[in-house]
Amino acid sequence: MTAESPPITKAETIDGVVIRFAGDSGDGMQLTGDRFTDVSAAFGNDLATLPNFPAEIRAPAGTIAGVSSFQVHISDHDILTPGDEPSVLVAMNPAALKANIAEVPPGATILVNEDAFDERALKKVGYEANPLDDGSLASYRVIQVPMTTLTLESTKELGVKPRDAERSKNFFALGLISWMYTRPVEPTVEWIGERFANRPQVRDANLAAFKAGLHFGETAELMEAPFEVLPAKLEPGRYRNITGNLALAYGLLAASDKAKLPIVYASYPITPASDILHELSKHKSFGVRTLQAEDEIAAASIAIGAAFAGHLGVTATSGPGVDLKSEALGLAVSLELPMVLVDVQRGGPSTGLPTKTEQSDLLLAMYGRHGEAPLPIVAAQSPSHCFDAVFEGVRIALKYRTPVIVLTDGYLANGAEPWKLPDLDALPDISVPFATEPNHGDDFWPYLRDPATLARPWAIPGTPGLMHRIGGLEKEEGTGNVNYDPENHEFMCRIRAAKVAGIAQDIAPVEVDDPDDGGAELLVVGWGSTWGAILEATRRARTRGKRVAHVQLMHLNPFPPNLGEVLARYPKVLVPEMNLGQLSKLLRSEYLAPATSLNKLQGVPFTASEIETKILEMIDG
Amino acid sequence: MADDSDVPAASGNGGGTAVALSRKDFQSDQEVRWCPGCGDYSILSAMQLALPEIGVRPEKLVFVSGIGCAARFPYYMNTYGVHGIHGRAPAIATGIALARPDLDVWVISGDGDSLSIGGNHLLHALRRNIGVKIIMFNNQIYGLTKGQYSPTSEVGKITKSSPFGSLDHPFNPLSVALGAEATFVARTHDMDRKHMVETIKRANDHDGAAFVEVYQNCNVFNDEAFAGITAKEVRDDMLIQLEHGQPIRFGAERQRGVVLNEFGECEIVDVADVGEERLLVHDETRDDPALAFSLSRLADQPTTPTPIGVFRAIQRPTYETLVQNQLMAASERQGPGDLAALIGSGATWEIE
Repeated sequence: MTAESPPITKAETIDGVVIRFAGDSGDGMQLTGDRFTDVSAAFGNDLATLPNFPAEIRAPAGTIAGVSSFQVHISDHDILTPGDEPSVLVAMNPAALKANIAEVPPGATILVNEDAFDERALKKVGYEANPLDDGSLASYRVIQVPMTTLTLESTKELGVKPRDAERSKNFFALGLISWMYTRPVEPTVEWIGERFANRPQVRDANLAAFKAGLHFGETAELMEAPFEVLPAKLEPGRYRNITGNLALAYGLLAASDKAKLPIVYASYPITPASDILHELSKHKSFGVRTLQAEDEIAAASIAIGAAFAGHLGVTATSGPGVDLKSEALGLAVSLELPMVLVDVQRGGPSTGLPTKTEQSDLLLAMYGRHGEAPLPIVAAQSPSHCFDAVFEGVRIALKYRTPVIVLTDGYLANGAEPWKLPDLDALPDISVPFATEPNHGDDFWPYLRDPATLARPWAIPGTPGLMHRIGGLEKEEGTGNVNYDPENHEFMCRIRAAKVAGIAQDIAPVEVDDPDDGGAELLVVGWGSTWGAILEATRRARTRGKRVAHVQLMHLNPFPPNLGEVLARYPKVLVPEMNLGQLSKLLRSEYLAPATSLNKLQGVPFTASEIETKILEMIDG
Repeated sequence: MADDSDVPAASGNGGGTAVALSRKDFQSDQEVRWCPGCGDYSILSAMQLALPEIGVRPEKLVFVSGIGCAARFPYYMNTYGVHGIHGRAPAIATGIALARPDLDVWVISGDGDSLSIGGNHLLHALRRNIGVKIIMFNNQIYGLTKGQYSPTSEVGKITKSSPFGSLDHPFNPLSVALGAEATFVARTHDMDRKHMVETIKRANDHDGAAFVEVYQNCNVFNDEAFAGITAKEVRDDMLIQLEHGQPIRFGAERQRGVVLNEFGECEIVDVADVGEERLLVHDETRDDPALAFSLSRLADQPTTPTPIGVFRAIQRPTYETLVQNQLMAASERQGPGDLAALIGSGATWEIE
């Protein structure tokens, strides 16, 4: 293979672009988007992505329900969201056009595979006339390309069956878009070579289609010149592109290393958390024991067993799995053993929207257990932040001998962004000592607490002289013996709550982003994956002269120690959440804060403009 | 069992200088609170008698339980213990054994805990062959909740929750275990301490998951459920002692025996009628579980001659060993994990 020379036409420089690839769920749109993302990342752009796909593995072809899309925002400056609306829509068939057109602003470019716009396909999605001909797309710049025909043409010589060759058309689209945005060619050529190494015919067909797309862009005079998005000026360092689930798996490996404890990771497959299991199961050389459990309940119970035995017990799931694990979480609260549960939230209730994002498990994490069963909650705010969030979750779990819930969501799990590789040596040591000696005369009392942290000692089996029995029955403070005394029970409930509440002294005060230093008219409080959209919205509001402050909460239980004081500083408080107001409920009850809730439950993240509009309304309104 | 842990080693575990332990060393300071006359007492003392003979140090032992009368067992043992949640003991024990193959992990459970609320975990612990020893106290009743029918109660049982008789067909616990690919399956009862101690020791010696059903009398809610076979005066005629490599015979005069009929089912015969050479010779090591299964079906309920002893004891790699092997193979292949190299793998770029 020879290296492709870059297109010779002089490119026009733009500061960023939002492209949405859309097609049938079998059209390879996620793969196409991933490739474009990786190439752009390696080129040095800042970026954010939003994969959006149906729950069905192969939804009926050509239907609206079967449309899969991947939106990517690339930029020459730091960006925070995958973009409010696409400036380019790639529509591989009429269904993809119909499903997405409402979100494409006038003036945007629509690149269509015109071959797919036949009568049957149009009819299937209820187009009475061909939108490519009837003038309904007049406000857009429509580029029609016979992608199927050109793909078949380009692969003719290879002896590939037409049916198979046609499947390479996503690479034609990738080639064409790569030309339009002056993407480096060689990495994709290499990637195709490696990915399809075992299937030479597929490899060659994909390569041929990719190059045909590139050359078509260059020669067909679709536009005067391609665009160019220069590398972003991010903080110096070495970067890679990363999704939330991958960052979370790496965060667990880092935490295991810094805790000097091997991981036992037990999990039952569930969308969108399964990739964490897939990733960790590769890393046995790190001493990670992964177990695909018989059910969600077993996965949590196995993590508890591992913790009792002195390992780092971890389980991950999504909302339906948290329901099932709640009994085990209650046990872990009572046993006061360290354990980490990752909840990659998705749309609920029940099976809900398995592949779509939501933030509706906050109150479940907070209160979803019988009895008084408080536990710490940490939330990740961007894909790469999943690394930090789970590391913090492990730190708290170990230090305070408590189960911790780490909340991420489907958008973070599958979304990607550039990540400045962390300095692993700079991560803190989070190891905690096991008990080795009796702590009460000649006896060992498993519930004799450290007065500073209120954590109980962690004595692991195999240690002579420290044999003890613990269970879900109420225990006597100190001895840990079963105890039903009324005063003791109330004391134990209060001390477990005090232990969790006390963690507030061990977490950083929340930082307020307020250029007016407390003078803003409105405070926006967010948690989790709304971070990027809120930050972008506040930036935009400020360019309009509005005084707005922002706080993003990583710690949801306990809240940071200064949160009450921060809330009291501002006359108006806006809480955008992908639920019906769960954080705002907590802020109101905890601080009597005048929280106004902004809600979205559509399976996709907030756009910055949705939040900006609300900010303006609250300030001006 | 392998001891490859990096935790403080127990002094003298199996070593020549060990001070012999006694029953008392395994008794905790907690008052035993089962109802007077409960069969659980004899199981507790059989365990506390067996462990010194086994020669394991108390700190190397973990007893895990779920919920129910039997589940209080760990509190009475001077070992490590977890009293967990209903039915989940096999899963909690799996986490312990997976993390620490150096420990001896026992699960203490009942018929409701194991076969009703925790059925799934029992099945999967057995099929994985994780090295935990599961002792299931079968009293055919829910005791702790005061007397409802259990998944092993006979059809038609009148209880508080089944005033017109229970309709649910019972499980045969040994058939369930065999169907779940268990590598060790045995049965004993609470009226024969010697047999119980021997059975516990056999379970301990088995490398992998062991399932032991103990017929246990609940003298409050289901008294004498097993008296028809376990009482001293009927035992010879009603209990069939399985012995590996021996023809299966029973009766005061050893006048009765077990043969396989033309359908491969076990059948009780008079030895005089068929001749000794036709008797089934017990083989607990057969890879195919059909024979053990047939034996498990010999008695539908504990009212007819019932086999006790080891039904099946075969060798299959334990789950924790297979996991260790994969970890070691990965380390040999790739060297110890290098996190910096891992997170910096794939396409990276430098920003100046």
